[in-house]
Amino acid sequence: MSTSSSVLDSFNIQTSHDLTWNVLPLLHQVKHAMDNLLENNTNEIIDLRSIPLAPGEEDNLLKILGQGEVKAQLNALGPSEIIETQYNGVWLITHYNDENEIVSRHIEVTYMPEILLSQMQDIRSSSQRLSEKLSESQTDNSTDNGQNEKH
Amino acid sequence: MTNNKNLKDRTLGEAMQDHGISRRSFLKFCAATASMMALPPSMIPAIARALETAKKPSVIWLSFQECTGCTESLTRSHNATLENLIFDSISLDYHHTLQAASGEAAEEAREEAMQENWGEYLLVVDGSIPTKDMGYSTIAGMSNLDMFLQTAAGAAAIISVGTCAAFGGIPHAHPNPTGAYSVYDIIKMYGNASLDGISSASISNTSGGSVADKPIITVPGCPPIPVVITGVLTHYLTFGTIPELDHLGRPKAFYGQSIHDRCYRRPFYDKGLFAETFDDEGAKKGWCLYKLGCKGPTTYNACATTKWNNGTSFPIESGHPCLGCSEPDFWDGGGFYKALSVPTIDIPSTVVYAAAGGAAAGVALGALNKNKKSNAIRQHTKTTIDDLEKE
Repeated sequence: MSTSSSVLDSFNIQTSHDLTWNVLPLLHQVKHAMDNLLENNTNEIIDLRSIPLAPGEEDNLLKILGQGEVKAQLNALGPSEIIETQYNGVWLITHYNDENEIVSRHIEVTYMPEILLSQMQDIRSSSQRLSEKLSESQTDNSTDNGQNEKH
Repeated sequence: MTNNKNLKDRTLGEAMQDHGISRRSFLKFCAATASMMALPPSMIPAIARALETAKKPSVIWLSFQECTGCTESLTRSHNATLENLIFDSISLDYHHTLQAASGEAAEEAREEAMQENWGEYLLVVDGSIPTKDMGYSTIAGMSNLDMFLQTAAGAAAIISVGTCAAFGGIPHAHPNPTGAYSVYDIIKMYGNASLDGISSASISNTSGGSVADKPIITVPGCPPIPVVITGVLTHYLTFGTIPELDHLGRPKAFYGQSIHDRCYRRPFYDKGLFAETFDDEGAKKGWCLYKLGCKGPTTYNACATTKWNNGTSFPIESGHPCLGCSEPDFWDGGGFYKALSVPTIDIPSTVVYAAAGGAAAGVALGALNKNKKSNAIRQHTKTTIDDLEKE
């Protein structure tokens, strides 16, 4: 979704400084969400697709939030990028499809985004897979032992 | 397009598990779905719960007098994975552009889907329906009107996709040579008509089918934004109900606000800064396109936030006024490059009065615009080369 400045220049498209000024209210919303997380343990998610942002405005916002200590890559139905911004507890989550196009972009104010946590259902099926693997290997071992005994 | 009952009975959650899709992927899908449906992110857990247990609804898609742009919009949309998942989570039993079957086999698929899912299937219609001469548009020898009435009788709800199905669109434009009407108008005109003459012998389970009281969801646009089409399908899939609609039957989640209200150029309108021609200083500085005929103030759609072409931009962002394609009779609306009502009104003062005295002035401006639009429709004003050159 980011548009390079050269493209903006060549089409003479004005960038956000002169337009809707949505960056500042959004940053205030993030600040309130951080206070709310600390005081009431409440998470907040802001959907950047639901806000009318002028060309370049989203880039400005992302630049101000910057990148902090954590950057995680997820591979599930296309890649996803989960970044903790330089403001701890403020995460930027970008989901892409298989063609690397953005399908959603959220700012999540939380201790840990839920999508990073291992999910109970996945752990259950993984446990099952591992158990099958172990019983397979046990069967292989006993077959091998039986053959050795014959020899 | 399978009619396998076992597959249909599986929930979406089960189908995803069978495909090896992890719970984490599912959560990602739900986050993207909430964003697509313009629902608050706090709804993501509710969407996840509902989708996990949702069953595949049967969908019959009928195309009448149309250009196939609506289907193109949907199938060429950028959220390939997301749209695929939604397509995977419905049972698209009949769509004559997409289905492999043709001729009698295709019609049998439609009748079989109707028979099996009578009263429960979703009917999606794109294109307007001609009434002047039944030979204008037929499918398998059946007039569009007969096929629509027959299929609508057993539908749980009807989704009119595109401006042609929603409001008549270009086929309905003056002088409307084929007597084309929208789905809503057809239901009003023929909803109580007897279906005896058009019922097929192979569809026996057709009791209680009344067309007149079917819920209709209109998804206008020429074409509609693809995620709006899938958003409506997903809403039905998620909640089993139709979304909240406005007075024209449009889902408020997508059509609740005007292009003007959500336009990033709105601050220029408020300041009275307008482009007067396509190459003047105002146009170069990205000022408001109201005086160049922008129909944003009277057009309700999600273009300004959802955008087009991989979320790149929308017409106003590319420097062109909104044509108002998701509004009734937009084709006869008085010329794409004719301003709604600006030249005689001092916009900045109007806005100041609106701010000071509630929305009265804004409402008055809106009424003036609507009035001008209806006059234009009555007089069938045409766009001239002068409008285009804007000299």
